[in-house]
Parts: sequence; structure tokens; C-alpha cells
Amino acid sequence: MLGLLTGFIEELRAAGIPVSMVEAIDAAEALRFTDLEDRRAFKATLGSTLVKNARHYEAFETAFEVYFALVRPGPGDDADAEPEQTRQAQPEPSDGGSGGGGDADLDALIEALRRALSEGDQGLLRAVARRSVVHLAGMEKGRPVGGTYYLYRTLRRLDVDRILAELLEAAGASPDMTALEERLLREEFEERIEDFREEVRAEIRRRLVADRGREAVAKTLRRPLLEDTDLMHASREELARLGQVIHPLTRKLASRLAQRRRRGRRGRLDFRRTVRRSLSTGGVPLEPQFRTPRPTKPEVFLLCDVSGSMATFARFALQFVYAMSSQFSKLRSFAFVDGIDEVTAFFEAGSAFEVALERVGSEAEVVWLDGHSDYGHVLAQFWERYGAELTPRSTVILTGDARNNYRDARGDIMAAIAGIVRAVYWLNPEPQAYWDTGDSVMSAYAGHCDGVFEVRNLRQLESFVEGLALPRGRIGGLRTEWKPAEFR
Amino acid sequence: MTVALPDPAAVREGLRRFNYLADDRIAQVVFLADRLGKPILVEGPAGVGKTELAKALAAVAGRRLIRLQCYEGLDESKALYEWNYKKQLLRIQADTGAAWSELEEDIFSEEFLLPRPLLEAIRSSDPVVLLIDEVDRVEVETEALMLEVLSDFQVSIPELGTVVATTRPLVVLTSNNTRELSEALKRRCLFLHIGYPSVEREKEILLARVEGLSDHLADQIARLVRSVRNFQLKKPPSVSESIDWARTLLELGVEEIEPTTARDTLHVLLKYQNDIEKVSRDLTAARPDTAGA
Repeated sequence: MLGLLTGFIEELRAAGIPVSMVEAIDAAEALRFTDLEDRRAFKATLGSTLVKNARHYEAFETAFEVYFALVRPGPGDDADAEPEQTRQAQPEPSDGGSGGGGDADLDALIEALRRALSEGDQGLLRAVARRSVVHLAGMEKGRPVGGTYYLYRTLRRLDVDRILAELLEAAGASPDMTALEERLLREEFEERIEDFREEVRAEIRRRLVADRGREAVAKTLRRPLLEDTDLMHASREELARLGQVIHPLTRKLASRLAQRRRRGRRGRLDFRRTVRRSLSTGGVPLEPQFRTPRPTKPEVFLLCDVSGSMATFARFALQFVYAMSSQFSKLRSFAFVDGIDEVTAFFEAGSAFEVALERVGSEAEVVWLDGHSDYGHVLAQFWERYGAELTPRSTVILTGDARNNYRDARGDIMAAIAGIVRAVYWLNPEPQAYWDTGDSVMSAYAGHCDGVFEVRNLRQLESFVEGLALPRGRIGGLRTEWKPAEFR
Repeated sequence: MTVALPDPAAVREGLRRFNYLADDRIAQVVFLADRLGKPILVEGPAGVGKTELAKALAAVAGRRLIRLQCYEGLDESKALYEWNYKKQLLRIQADTGAAWSELEEDIFSEEFLLPRPLLEAIRSSDPVVLLIDEVDRVEVETEALMLEVLSDFQVSIPELGTVVATTRPLVVLTSNNTRELSEALKRRCLFLHIGYPSVEREKEILLARVEGLSDHLADQIARLVRSVRNFQLKKPPSVSESIDWARTLLELGVEEIEPTTARDTLHVLLKYQNDIEKVSRDLTAARPDTAGA
């Protein structure tokens, strides 16, 4: 058991989850009080002792499924899986891509699946999942794939979408059904289908592990943690999940920018109140009273590149804007491509993100000429329209790759902006090694910014926000080590 | 001390008696916390019953609940202890003749100590449940204050020495995850994330919490709430809000939720005008695509 546990912890660490020594010991200790026969209890024990961040839970689950796939108990679970495997041993290799399992078999499976789904029968669902993988996935021994391919193959043959439609039709036969009821019914079925998918996935994983060993499978299934996901190439789904976890960060950013005086939290002496208080202690001013200083309200100008090359990142950036707008009373947001337009109103409290996003796409005038990034023109336009509103209390945050399509960079405007405001920060989603290559003009701006940061993932964004906590005098120390190439 | 909770199933059963419906995971973690003597850090969206868990736990274990509500600016004089210096001053003034050394010893005795929740939990002679609520609201510096209490169950008072717990308190910390807690704190705790419950569990919760609710209505509410949570909302409805909604519907004598009743009472479930508009628009919309069927 201990060997398995250390192996599992190794895997968690390899996946990027920080597991400390103390936590590993805790887990071993906790296992003494855990009923190892009970898989869910076992998982809860490991989960609560080893994973201390809800964001890491998914990676934990994957690793857990792989590592403890074979020790899965359950009555008769392995007992009937065994003969099935041996029974399938002969026909499977000849299966190839055509899936010659016989249409009768397939029909029977689909029928069973439909029944399981409409009755919500978990046991049957699991059995169908197991059989479908055996018959339809056409798994080949020794192939180093992660299993998504097999999942796709299995589900395609079963045609789950058609089953869903049929189920709805069958259940919603009564014409007096309201839209509401129909919606509830659909969601019910969708959830069960999701369960089914999960079962199929688990079954495929189980077989992969049996075939290739847990280390190898864990390695192929390993995916970057959410905070390490590359923002330039994140999937829709990952972006949605990022949007959910971004709120705590904006809150932190808000408090960092407010620059509350941490040490001197107490303000000036409040003489009146001190004297009044001293009356209860016989005129001795025992408890001096202070006026609490009001925290300054940070004023933030957020400029986001929403051009085509930045599409994925722009979505994230706007999610960030959306999350920030609930934290800052004085946040003004702008979107730009080769023209700039204010989008603050779209993100006003209470508006839905999707709606706001659509309005940025349709209503904001972010294209000036041809819709190719032109930072120089954007800055000029920003300066002309909003320059007068910048004050020494403002902070300007720009997000963009600084790829200027070989146009005039107008670093002088950047210098003028930086001369007025408290701080200018530039967040660049490109790897630092690419800055200043090709049409990137990062160095034309970098010198005027109070900090230029590579923000390719959430972790880097977090460290940017974290870094803002430095006392004012040291903010220059924030500047990244990056130096523009000599030849520029 | 651990008699009340012999195994996870008993934890679950016990919590159920006090109307808290735990799933396997919650029961297991609570059980472990009791066995290992470690604090539980409960995290999750607002209104999923994090605080309730601590309350129910106290009831099950038959312990007193001591609660420390965290807020920004909480400091040691509010969390740990404070010297009652008005009383100390009185003491000094009342006894001007005494020798200073004697006096000093006297005014820094337990009599002049005002225990705050953390110290109170440590000093208590009967075992207690200590609830540190919304720990993410305090600053990182204040968080460090709690570390000594959480790992060693002791409080050091410079003038008095170290107060060590005679009985181990069961500690529950809750967090809404508005900020990342420090590694040091997390390391000392068992981590438990509570999300929105499944339809079945939510239905059970509704039935347990709302007296006189029919099985059918509970089922409808649970399914509808799940559906509403699937919308992209600013603030998805929490369990406590769905309980409120169930109570409202019950008060109104509703037996079957029609789109119109749902729409008229949505404000109980949702707290933002935009969210309400969005959902009610969808609720009353015509049946999609299969209109002819």
C-alpha cells in the first residue's frame, strides 16, 4: 500500500500539484482510519489530505482513476470483467476499423443504453458502458494513446445524440408539456448521458492501465493544471473554467492597487474622541482614538487587444475585465485593434458576460482601417480622446502582444502617458523569447512602462498581482529582467 | 472523546439527525478530522452549508460551539485575548500601598485576561467545536495568528506563559475562496470542497429542512434549481436560497410549479435583476423546435 501511495504522490507532483512531505505523512496516517474496501472513502481520504486547492481536484481525480483503477472493488465487478475479456480475445484483433461485432449486438447495446438512460439505472448504465467498450472501441494492445480516441469511437457507434433525441420524443409525447418541463427533462437526460460518458471513460482507462501499466497511462493523461494552461491556446472549456476562478484574483488586484498603508493603518489622532473616552478612566487618556484614513480608490484604465491573432487571449482578457468591473468602482475598460473604443458600459454590474462579449464584437468601434493591429494609432487615439482624463492616481494596464504589423510604434505617446499616471503595466501573452522578433515592438514601450510581464497563464497573472504588493518605492524592482535586444 | 463518532457512517447518521445531509465525502473527512485531530478547511460557494456543517457537528458531538467570525482588520485582541486594562488600572489605583512586583504579578493574572474565541476554545475544560468562519476575509498576516492554535492547540501569552488545550477542540474553518489561503494554513488542515449538491441530495435537503413540503414539489424545485444553475449567472442560487424558495412556494400554497409561479417568485432565488430577467425570459419562452410535435 505504501509503495502505491508514494507512487501516487509522485504522479500528483508530476502533474504539478504541490504535495508536501507533511501532507504525504498525513495521508498515510489518515489511511489507517480509512476503510480501504470503500473506494469513495478512500478517495475522500486522499483528496482531503493531499489536495488543498479545488482547482487541482480534476488532476487529482484523473491520477486517482489511473492509479487505483484495478483495486476497484464492487460486487462481481472484476468477476464478470474477466471472462468477458477472454471471450473477446479472439474476435477483437480481427475487428480492425470496420467494427464487425455484429449489428445485432450493436442494436442490443443501444436498446440497453436507452433503457438505462430513461430509467436512470446506474448498474445497467455501467454494464452497458463496459460492454460498449469491449465491442465498439476496438482497443489495440500496446498503442500509446490516451483514450480519447477510443471514447470517440465508442460513442460514435452508439450515436448518443440520436438516443437523446429519441428519449425526449418518447418522454415528451404529451403535447401539453411546457417549455419548462421539456427543459428539465432534457437536462435530466443530458446529465445521465454525461454519467454514461464518464463510465465509458473509466472503463477505457481501466483497460489501458491493465494493458500498459499505471505510470505510462498516467503520463499520457497528464494535462497542465488550470493555472498553467496557455492562454493563447486555451480551449473554450478551459476559458470558461478560468473565468470562474479569476474572481479572487481581481479582488486581490483591487486591494493591491488601493495601496492601503499597512503599517500606519491608524490615521491622525482624533482629539475629541480621545478626551471623551478618557472620561471613563478618570481623565487619563488611556486609549488614544484615531481617525481611520480612507483608502484611496484606485482608478484603473484597462486596454485590451482584441485583434484576431489574440482571439483566445482577448476572450480571457475580457473575462478579466468583466471580473474586475465588479471589484473596482473606477474601472474604465477599452478594447482595441487598430482603433480604440471604450467598453466600460458593456461590463457594467449585472450584465452577463456573453452579452458583454457580443457587444464588444458588434458595437465597439475597434477597427479603424483594415483590422490589423496598430498600437501606434491606438495610443494616439487614446491619448487624444481620453488623455485629459488621466491623473496621477490612475493606473494603466495594457494587454497585448505588441505586434504592430511594422507600423509606427509611437513610443513617445507611451512616454507621455507614463509621465502622468501612477503606473503603466504591460501584460504580454507571448513567451518572452519572442518579444522584439518579427513585428513585435515590445521594447519601444517597455522602457516607459513600470513593468512588462509575460502573462501566458493564470499562474503568471497571479504572480503579477502578487508583485504589486511591494511598497511604492520599490515598484521599480518589479520590472522584469527582460532587456531589449541591442540592435533595436 | 471520540465515542460520539465511531465511524463515517455514524457521522453521517448523526449529522442527519440534526438535519444536515452529508454525502460520503463529507462524512469521511469529518470522521478523519476527529480521528487525526486536525482542523477541516471547508471551501465552496456561498450558501452551500459550510457553516451549517460546523453547527450540526457541534450538535452531534454534544459540544459547545465557539465561533470566530473573521473580517478584514481582525487582530489578536479580537481573536486571541486582550488584557482588561480598565480593570488593571482600577486595581492599581485601589491599592496604592502595595509593592510593585506584587502588583505586577497580580494584574497580569488570568483575572484580568479577556479571552477571545481562540483562547476560549483552548481553555475550555469541556471539548468544544471551534468554528472560524470566512477565514479568507482576514489578511495573510492575521492568518498566521491562527497557526499556533491550529497545529499545536496552544496559545502563547508573553506575560502568562503558554496555555495548552486540555481537550482537543474540533476545528472547522470556512472559506468562500475570495483569496488564496496561505500554504502554511492549508497544510495544517484537511481540505473539503463542498459544491452544489446533486438533484437527489438537494431534494433530500429540502425535505429535511422545509416542513410540510411534498415530495413532488421538492423534486420539482431541486430540478428547476439545477437547471437555473446551468445558466451563465452572476450569482447562481445557493442551497439556502432554494430552501427559501421552497418555503415561499409552500406559504403561497403552490403544489405544482407553473412557469408563471416560478417567474413571479424568482426574486427569492436570484439576487440580481439581470439574472432574474434572463431566467424568466427563458422560463416563459415558447417550447423550442418541437412546437409541432
